[in-house]
Amino acid sequence: MRRVPLAERFGISGRGLVALLPYLWLMLFFVVPFVIVLKISFADVDLAIPPYTPLVQWTEKNVLAIKLNFNNYEFLFTDKLYINAFLNSIKVAFLSTLLCLIVGYPMAYGIARSKPTTRNFLLLLVILPFWTSLLLRVYAWIGLLKANGVINNVLISVGLIHEPLTMLYTPFAMYVGIVYSYLPFLILPLYANLEKMDWQLLEAAEDLGCKPWQAFYKITLPLSRNGILAGSMLVFIPAVGEFVIPALLGGPNALMIGRILWDEFFSNRAWPVASAVAILLLLLLVPFMMWYQSIQARESAGTR
Amino acid sequence: MATPEGSAIKALPAAKATPWTDPNAKAYVQLDHITKSFGDLKAVDDVSLKIYKGEIFCLLGASGCGKTTLLRMLGGFETPSSGRIFIDGEDMTGVPPYERPVNMMFQSYALFPHMNVEQNVAFGLKQDRVPKAEIKERVATMLDLVKLGDFGKRKPDQLSGGQRQRVALARSLVKRPKLLLLDEPLGALDKKLREHTQFELISLQDKLGVTFVVVTHDQEEAMTLASRIGVMNHGEIVQAGTPSEIYEFPSSKFVADFIGSVNIFEGKLIEDEPEYVRIASPELGATIYVSHGISAAPEATVWAAVRPEKVFMSTAPPEGPDNVVRGAVQDIAYLGDLSIYLVKLPTGKVVRVTQPNTSRHAEAISWDQQVYLSWDATSPVVVTR
Repeated sequence: MRRVPLAERFGISGRGLVALLPYLWLMLFFVVPFVIVLKISFADVDLAIPPYTPLVQWTEKNVLAIKLNFNNYEFLFTDKLYINAFLNSIKVAFLSTLLCLIVGYPMAYGIARSKPTTRNFLLLLVILPFWTSLLLRVYAWIGLLKANGVINNVLISVGLIHEPLTMLYTPFAMYVGIVYSYLPFLILPLYANLEKMDWQLLEAAEDLGCKPWQAFYKITLPLSRNGILAGSMLVFIPAVGEFVIPALLGGPNALMIGRILWDEFFSNRAWPVASAVAILLLLLLVPFMMWYQSIQARESAGTR
Repeated sequence: MATPEGSAIKALPAAKATPWTDPNAKAYVQLDHITKSFGDLKAVDDVSLKIYKGEIFCLLGASGCGKTTLLRMLGGFETPSSGRIFIDGEDMTGVPPYERPVNMMFQSYALFPHMNVEQNVAFGLKQDRVPKAEIKERVATMLDLVKLGDFGKRKPDQLSGGQRQRVALARSLVKRPKLLLLDEPLGALDKKLREHTQFELISLQDKLGVTFVVVTHDQEEAMTLASRIGVMNHGEIVQAGTPSEIYEFPSSKFVADFIGSVNIFEGKLIEDEPEYVRIASPELGATIYVSHGISAAPEATVWAAVRPEKVFMSTAPPEGPDNVVRGAVQDIAYLGDLSIYLVKLPTGKVVRVTQPNTSRHAEAISWDQQVYLSWDATSPVVVTR
């Protein structure tokens, strides 16, 4: 009789074992925490450690009760604060994505059309900021934007302005921070898409009567659609839940859902409400993530 | 401008025969001292050329000879460093591609992958704001013409190589350009399909009367397609003429060698008369007698080129002494319709001979056999460079 490896006796092949590992990882560090958060979102605030009521409880002798508290969710929809924060987050994320596209598309296009030697250098420049921590880079922006910061000092010394501009703690500073931080996430997938483009198609379009901008609009833009969508999702999805940048650069009015989450969790110790916020945020983003996945699948399948 | 579909099919111009022999014929495309430099490199070097209406003109040359650059200048994708380009009498030198009455069929076909066949073909017409109904009609006519009537809704990646080639052709012809440029039009097709497509291309060109300029590195393709061939080397057109002129009367060693296979014997002019010349060739080990005069300095070094199919091979000695050598068969390649023999002369020179296999039971000449090689006095072409 052939000796069967242990794993195979349980119906697991070696290949399956390799695939199992990432699944275990996701199980342990995504699904389990998610279930815990989901559980907490159905609890009530309690003066205890941890500060919420248990989900399953012996209420009287021989009765095990499961208590699902939907009040947290109802609360989120009744208090205008949360809805506004959600809407504001979506608005900020949307505008940031748009700004990233406006800045990033020409950059990705330029990199894709440059010579291979310069191309690597330019790509390095895009990736280089990742070598420093995000926090440090956001703090650097404070130094640039504050009243006696670099930008104001330069503008005053040149004589363009006489009084420092208020830039820090404004929506402007927040958008600058978000666009700056997320730009590489838009450029890289877009570059990967544009790099595959057959530039002769543009010559063909011109040959058939298109001016260069028409050729861009009719050929390049539709062909880079997947790159645009993929890059936009990579900016939009994390930007909705962004906390650090609005907290450090945005003013007190920068009411975003990440900030609410923080406040509920740490200031109010309202873990159930914070969890409900987190679950809602996730539900909001799932369609976008699925969309992103389908774009990625299409892109790797090579069809447009 | 709603012209009926039939009007695209024009009668052939009367001068189709040989307009290039008529000094008064008006050139349809005229290149006037065109030079294109990239840095220090002259990709195209002082090319002047006239192409006539209804021609299929082939630019033939090895890769890097400048033929594609020349074609791209005709299309407007490159601007000449100096010189002027006229198409149908108009100066087109600095006109961008989208304003030229010229279309190009790209080597990679460059079909738009996000559009189906119909949209690809309709693209240029839409760009010109042709009325919708007319676009539909012209696209349908064109697709029928290239036998793709049923493939209109397919995307390019759902087509075979031959079908893609025909879509590209339809797309570049549907605008009824004055001049169609084709960059290696059959390069991506396999041999059988290529031969078939060559003849289709010729009949299509015949029907539409559009002037074609074709770039190719494949001499067989050029010979089949072209009304005239321009052989290019190092950015220059070294000879332009009909396929048979190029083949039978090459003007230089380069052209003789580039088109088909040839045996070239270096020698010295020893007799230079108006009616004949005699060349002593140490390389051949015999004298070559040519029954026409040539213009060269006496005692000049010349080269006599003899095509392999014009060399006779026999076991019995033919009449000599001119144009006859003896050698041993070194190698035989049997190709079915003909056989190629490599015959080594006592001087070491190897001569290539092709013989048609006209009989199924011909007496076989085998390896190492001693044979006589000879040729007619009219066969050698004498070139001086």
